[in-house]
Amino acid sequence: MRKTLGLAALAAVLACGGASAQQVNVKIGVLSDMSSLYADIGGPGSVAAAKLAIADFTKDNPNVKVELISGDHQNKPDIGSQIANQWYDVDKVDLIIDTPNSGVALAVSQVANQKNKIFIVSGAAASDITGPKCNANTIHWTYDTWMLANGTGTAIVKTGGDSWFFLTADYAFGHALERDTMAAVEKAGGKVVGKVRHPLNTNDFSSFLLQAQSSKAKVIGLANAGGDTINSIKQAAEFGIVKGGQSLAGLLVFASDVAALGLPTAQGLVLTETWYWDMNDANRAWTKRWQQERQGKWPTMIHAGVYAGITHYLKAAVALKGNVSDGKAVVAQMKSMPTDDPLFGKGTIRPDGRKVHPAYLLEVKKPSDSKYPGDFYNVRATIPADEAFRPLKEGNCPLVSG
Amino acid sequence: MFEIFGIPSQALFGQLLIGLINGSFYALLSLGLAVIFGMLNIINFSHGAQYMMGAFAAYLILQYSGLGYWPALIIAPVLVGITGIIIERLFLQWLYKLDHLYGLLLTFGLALILEGVARNYFGSAGLPYTVPESLQGGRNLGFMFLPNYRAWVIAASLGVCIGTWFVIERTRLGAYLRAATENPTLVRAFGINVPRMITLTYGFGVALAAFAGVMAAPIYNVSPQMGSELIIVVFAVVVIGGMGSILGAIITGFGLGVVEGLTKVFFPEASNTVIFVIMAIVLLVRPAGLFGRRA
Repeated sequence: MRKTLGLAALAAVLACGGASAQQVNVKIGVLSDMSSLYADIGGPGSVAAAKLAIADFTKDNPNVKVELISGDHQNKPDIGSQIANQWYDVDKVDLIIDTPNSGVALAVSQVANQKNKIFIVSGAAASDITGPKCNANTIHWTYDTWMLANGTGTAIVKTGGDSWFFLTADYAFGHALERDTMAAVEKAGGKVVGKVRHPLNTNDFSSFLLQAQSSKAKVIGLANAGGDTINSIKQAAEFGIVKGGQSLAGLLVFASDVAALGLPTAQGLVLTETWYWDMNDANRAWTKRWQQERQGKWPTMIHAGVYAGITHYLKAAVALKGNVSDGKAVVAQMKSMPTDDPLFGKGTIRPDGRKVHPAYLLEVKKPSDSKYPGDFYNVRATIPADEAFRPLKEGNCPLVSG
Repeated sequence: MFEIFGIPSQALFGQLLIGLINGSFYALLSLGLAVIFGMLNIINFSHGAQYMMGAFAAYLILQYSGLGYWPALIIAPVLVGITGIIIERLFLQWLYKLDHLYGLLLTFGLALILEGVARNYFGSAGLPYTVPESLQGGRNLGFMFLPNYRAWVIAASLGVCIGTWFVIERTRLGAYLRAATENPTLVRAFGINVPRMITLTYGFGVALAAFAGVMAAPIYNVSPQMGSELIIVVFAVVVIGGMGSILGAIITGFGLGVVEGLTKVFFPEASNTVIFVIMAIVLLVRPAGLFGRRA
């Protein structure tokens, strides 16, 4: 299939020769966690989203040929950067997209910068990607820790949760989320009474939850994701944390986590996301198509980000008439064009690489309020795009002057 | 209320109790591994996957027959034990005369297959499974809140561990089993069906793993990778306790659970690695393990 596509592309290029409908050939790699705790929030679902983006774009632009490959970074930055190196150098990949796991994303971002290729982060969260570690080859789509902290953190402090204890995943993402949420909590007038760091992919949280209980904090902030968050919430229910008067703040919770927990355990959780499948008809229609490849699963905002990111990249590739070898030039083109796709609507990409769009404060429904499978959330509030993300000047990004 | 190393005594006793609870999972799993290695000389790397199968079996039993936790506690280990027997008859019986490594490779490959199939059908986020009604809630012990389910976990694993140790070390059936491992030809000459005993022993070891899986389902995330996260630690436990020793596996399992619990209090970031540090030290000092018989 790939060989035929390649031959067809070659034939098309040779046949054209001159201008007219400019042939655009690009190769995209989806680098994700295919087999471990983040495989449901990214993983094969991201590949399905990528396929949809390519199908939709090439239908309207038949002069564009896209080759798609995928790989598993296994949550290890060394494996992630090794795959990125090989893809950019040997396999002639132009764009790498997704990478849930901030450690891997930061490593791949460096590789993209060195090789002057393009990297769109949909899965990872650390706000450092558009902060001190920003570069001209990386775009951060979907969400980041600052948005989560200021969405969920501020909202919870405003409703009375003013003392916090953090349960943090001990790597780049957890540290970033803990740091940003601490800042948001203190800005809103709350205080942090303690924190504990656990290794990534921990099975048993009873010891950490016990420490959280004895701290007597009103809110236990879960600065972790995926399987870690699921285990923390499940075990917190077991230890009677919520019954004892403390509340849980799931700082990063996805629809797939809520499905894994079940509504009886997850109900009442407050979280912030930038895309929810059931929010409007366009999202629902897209979800139906996505589910043809991922039966029984629910798409997360990360999958939506992969779709939107690829769509915008292909638009930029067409605008540059297929000259995609200079990564910095393509990213500059992407930043100069306003974004518009069926999932995120209209938006922009800032000079620091941050894509901005509104965020939504969501609350998990009670089981009695859920009318059909996948009916997980009530939308509590909408945070407009200009408030949802960290102000441009505060990020310490070297690309931003002043 | 006094302080030990800066931690209030209340918190410390709570962590010790939690350590015991985790230790009971380690003990159950390492018991199955020790039984299989001690009796069969097979390094059963698919133990973690079989633990995962036990948890998934409990979920599927609930989905398709409506039977809850208590029936699943018996049915799931039996079902998974039967698959263990099938594996032994089809694959493992050809490997006894060969180097240990072949058994390791085969069972490792099996583990990868089982995990991959589970992930393909169920995804990796996990499946919901709740604590049974009769065990919900807990009691306030003064120094901590102990969920009833966790108390049940300690009691059940202690019971199963002591029962298994008793059968193997103190009954005639156990004596036949131990004799069959040392000198199968002679034992066969006495008219005892050695191959069948070995098959049933492997099935029993696998059933122990599945039993631990069912016990874990309500409190740990039922996901395809739940076994692989645990199995490495359990192997370290078995190595520290001594590869062939049943009692060693049980005592080390509980002991290391407590050590890990204490590490989580004083230096949580190292809680993943402390067991391996201990393993390295034990292997340097006593290569056969703390209770091991083979010199």
